Amino acid sequence: MIITIASGKGGTGKTTVTVNLAASINRDDVTVFDCDVEEPNSHIFIKPENISSEPISVMVPKVDTQRCTLCGACEEICQFSAITLVAKRIMTFPEMCHSCRGCEMVCPEDAVKEDSRVLGSVHQGKNARGIDLTWGELRVGEAMSPPLISQVKDRINPGGIALVDAPPGTSCPAIEALRSSDYALLVAEPTPFGLNDLALTVEALKKLKVPTGIVINRADDAPGIVEEYAKKEGIEILQRFPFSREAASICSRGKLLVNEMPEMKALFQQLFNRLNQLLTESKEAGEVGK
Amino acid sequence: MKELTVISGKGGTGKTSVTASFATLADNRIVVDADVDAANLFLTLEHKTLENSYFKGGSKACIDKDACIECGDCRERCQFDAISEDFIIDPIACEGCGVCAYFCPEKAIAFEQQVCGEKFVSQTPWGPMIHARLGIAEENSGLLVSQLRQEARELAKDKKIPLIITDGPPGIGCPVIAAVTNADALLIVTEPTLSGLHDMERVKALADQMNIPTMLCINKADLNPETAGRIKNFAEDNGIHFVGEIPFDREVIDAMKASQSLVQFSQGAAAKAVKSIWKEVQQFMGTTLERIM
Repeated sequence: MIITIASGKGGTGKTTVTVNLAASINRDDVTVFDCDVEEPNSHIFIKPENISSEPISVMVPKVDTQRCTLCGACEEICQFSAITLVAKRIMTFPEMCHSCRGCEMVCPEDAVKEDSRVLGSVHQGKNARGIDLTWGELRVGEAMSPPLISQVKDRINPGGIALVDAPPGTSCPAIEALRSSDYALLVAEPTPFGLNDLALTVEALKKLKVPTGIVINRADDAPGIVEEYAKKEGIEILQRFPFSREAASICSRGKLLVNEMPEMKALFQQLFNRLNQLLTESKEAGEVGK
Repeated sequence: MKELTVISGKGGTGKTSVTASFATLADNRIVVDADVDAANLFLTLEHKTLENSYFKGGSKACIDKDACIECGDCRERCQFDAISEDFIIDPIACEGCGVCAYFCPEKAIAFEQQVCGEKFVSQTPWGPMIHARLGIAEENSGLLVSQLRQEARELAKDKKIPLIITDGPPGIGCPVIAAVTNADALLIVTEPTLSGLHDMERVKALADQMNIPTMLCINKADLNPETAGRIKNFAEDNGIHFVGEIPFDREVIDAMKASQSLVQFSQGAAAKAVKSIWKEVQQFMGTTLERIM
């Protein structure tokens, strides 16, 4: 089962929840996939060893000028201004290319050949406790993260428990990470900014038809705006993590809360038990439905 | 006219709180919210919307079931697995390349430009604010950011406003590149955590690729003075102009809850620090070269 941890607003604690949840599950089939490929941080906490890395590229066109007759068909089909006719020359702009292969398909002279652009890398390693982490790292200067996120997700083995750390925001990178998840766990911060972006993410998840739950991070004592919103939307709040300066300090040093604060470990275990219950129920309901 | 873009790499370090304060401290400025898929500046700055317009992004393909003969040509050509076995195009998976529509032998696929969001020009008591709302699960945020900045430049020229302050998105990808391209200076707002340090290094590498002078401030610096020190050292070693630290202060959240900028709401330690940082930023901006428009 695939549980994706998302938030809308940045810095609410997605990575903190992902890595601590992973460390509090007492099973040997837990894998973590860091899909915040622009700024991956899970490896700072999980500390994987024996890391293997693989460069990831996408197809971009290269024009064989011997064959090209400057007919302009490729320019016409390209929606992304990645191939254009400039002063009797075909120019390609690989960084604009979305790898749709339209130019290659349309060229009557078979003059468009395959070249590649490096998006970044996918790394994988296991830590001393056996938690397996796969993460993407976008090349600095590269604009398109969704195809790299998709490559990270291709490595998910749906048999075990996969925790996916999503990027912030509500546009393509976040959507790519959330697509085809079994459950979305939203980490909400009880502030006006946090609530605004949480609501945007909930709307996106309705479109994606992914079941959703909320955890509140840095919760204060007063029942607040997130509870009110969740009640109105009929979304379950699975856990509340209280604000604590000690917790903030532990996270800032790249350490796991579940190793340093027993009370936090209990909260994360509770969270996993509830998640497990929800997913088992939905799986059974799905099988009955069949 | 000069442009300052506030970025961070890591999300949630306080970009918007800092930008909102600058936007109320600056004498004559335009402020742009370039975090278009999670915009928050409008929640902080009192404003009245004067103009709104639709944002048209890319196109999407849609199969006309009556005209479709289910030949499968489109499914074979689509590189994004966006067309189901029963010939329905998933608008979320559709990349907007138009290849299916171009080649469809029955011309059964419509390919039309989509409205992907809304753009706003608003007036605040401290000057214009240009912002947007990207539609739910829409794409082309980079294009939208470029358009907002272009509108801000035109308005600045028109009204002879000397400064544009842009609140950037987190990360280093497409909307960030759109938010920093051709800026005169960048301010990185980071936090004293290993994640903040790691992400700041990547965003600095991006600034270097684009050759943009860069400043740095550390928010909540007292939460981990040791890491704050490492970040300061990194700044010094890498030609980043350090403009100050902001202490952890509950009034930052209280200001947000009161829908005010920090410097409007509070006289506390964080507000004082942001005021002093703003002075430093102004001084640094004065040293960058004026761009010819």
